[in-house]
Amino acid sequence: MALDRRNFLKLLGAGAASLPLTGHAGDAPPRPGRRVVVIGGGFGGTIAAKYVRMLDPAIEVVLIERNRQHVSCPFSNQVIAGIRQMSDLTIGYDKLAANYGIRILCDEVTAIDPAAREVVTHSGKIGYDRLIISPGIDFRFDEIEGYDPASTPEILPHAWKAGAQTLLLKKQVESMADGGTVIISMPLTPFRCPPGPYERACMIAMYLKKNKPRSKLILLDANPDIVSAGPLFTRAWDTYYKDIIEYLPAKRVTRVDARTKTLFVEGVEGIQGDVVNFVPPQRAGAIAVSSGLVGADRNWCPVKVSTFESTIHNNIHVIGDAAVAGAMPKAGYSANAQAKVCAMNVVALMNGRETMDFAGINVCYSAITEEEDISVAAVYKVAQGNIVAVHDSGGMSPIDFSAARLEHVYAESWLKNILTEMST
Amino acid sequence: MAKKWYGTILAVGALALAASVQAAPPSAAMLANACGGCHGARGVSAGPSMPSLAGQPKAYFIVAMKRFRSGERPSTVMGRLAKGYTDADIEAMAAFFARQKPVPQNGPVDARLVEKGAAIYYKQCKYCHLDNGRLWRQIHQGQDYDKQCRNCHADYGPDTGDETPMIAGQWPKYLKIQMDAFKDGTRKMSKKKAKAMNALSPEDREAVANFYASQTAEVR
Repeated sequence: MALDRRNFLKLLGAGAASLPLTGHAGDAPPRPGRRVVVIGGGFGGTIAAKYVRMLDPAIEVVLIERNRQHVSCPFSNQVIAGIRQMSDLTIGYDKLAANYGIRILCDEVTAIDPAAREVVTHSGKIGYDRLIISPGIDFRFDEIEGYDPASTPEILPHAWKAGAQTLLLKKQVESMADGGTVIISMPLTPFRCPPGPYERACMIAMYLKKNKPRSKLILLDANPDIVSAGPLFTRAWDTYYKDIIEYLPAKRVTRVDARTKTLFVEGVEGIQGDVVNFVPPQRAGAIAVSSGLVGADRNWCPVKVSTFESTIHNNIHVIGDAAVAGAMPKAGYSANAQAKVCAMNVVALMNGRETMDFAGINVCYSAITEEEDISVAAVYKVAQGNIVAVHDSGGMSPIDFSAARLEHVYAESWLKNILTEMST
Repeated sequence: MAKKWYGTILAVGALALAASVQAAPPSAAMLANACGGCHGARGVSAGPSMPSLAGQPKAYFIVAMKRFRSGERPSTVMGRLAKGYTDADIEAMAAFFARQKPVPQNGPVDARLVEKGAAIYYKQCKYCHLDNGRLWRQIHQGQDYDKQCRNCHADYGPDTGDETPMIAGQWPKYLKIQMDAFKDGTRKMSKKKAKAMNALSPEDREAVANFYASQTAEVR
């Protein structure tokens, strides 16, 4: 079924059809035939959809997301530690849809046809003038011997996509007996959220210190060193969790045995844990891979600087974790910043206007205790045809944790503001 | 023939290059949009410790950013970020946020503290933070800056002679953090401000923060 406007409204259901077509975006109803389709309702997709509508209310925007709600990965390590509720991290799409006249389609994209400029979902096809995809990450399960994509994460949770996996890991840590061992295993970079593994070590160790003080946490890092904010995390572990955390760099896991909760590292015997948080190597979300949007590395999507248009398929823009965006880390704030620039340039291209060079920032907070956070931040601009961090800007929090209590307070507002921007 | 062919390739190559580099520099909106992740869309903050930037006077924004950049104003993240921007970037962002409609914070305020804060405000704050901390524009016009204004603006805008910041309608938590920073000396203040600020107990500061937070921001 080709999804023309009428069918699409039918598909959305009668209730959705009465959604206002425009919000504060303006009074002009979108003109049929100028449509941007956005795939993925996370940090990138929601913002891209919103900003396209804000900048040009005459463009129809359809946001396709398979879940009714989005659960933020940022701050989900605090849920595992029991100091935050999932409800703090969960947003819906109703207000965004109503305020900006975005059509939300709760469906899964099964294919993209770049030649026909059509997106195929379980319920039909939708044509687009330009497509923005923000599909996040998926895992390269096939590189791990013994890993069954269906059953292994139920025993060895990755918890690297927030939601059920987060709660599963939390439950496992809470059920573990005092004196047990938690293992976190991280793949080689690039992966989503560079400071994430080290924050998670802090948060789980904090829980163990308080509730199960005889327990241990082993962080098996495939990388030769801590990937983000190394000096700060090292100091946090030394200061607060010295007897709990053991950090083992250059330990790449190639085989797992879920039955015995054992990880096998090249050149080392199997390491067994009571709770095993195994995070597999990553790549762009499945739809980007199956649509041929990944580059020579077969994992990530090469894009043109500033427009984020795929260098492989015209009229398809890739943002967020899935995209290769120069020096920017794969982070929620990065996706937010990229989405805004992408939306501005998509609107410019659709109106025959000149595009603009990228400018944006990234700010990531990591909790180290219940009352202290650290941060990494940077400003990004275009230089020599790539996105680079502006020289002498950005960096980490002070090493003496003198700002950590205040940063904890500011981190809370980061979460509130970024989720509000995505959902209203 | 071979030479002609070579020339064509060069011409096509130059065209392709021109097409790929033909992009305008970032606009004020693009620069400012990037702040939204922390400060809210259009600078309207939903986070209690994060100040709203929407409607903040241009001169105040410029001075704040430059002082973050130089380290003169203490910060956590802002100093690191401000270093990534040129004077022209900062001026463009300042103009963008000054144009946005200010929206007062929508969190709860404590009525008892508002009343107490109001009394303190009318006693010691109102001479500089005019009109309940809202923006003022005309009031100082025509006054002799050195005689009338320098005392109040010494902590931020003596060189510009521009407005005091808009603090009406800001989040009380943010205001309290800033007042605490003035009080403990991490943020510099003028003699006049110090005289007013040093007289305030922690509960007084909480009260003043609640008072300002209870006010609507002026719509220009």
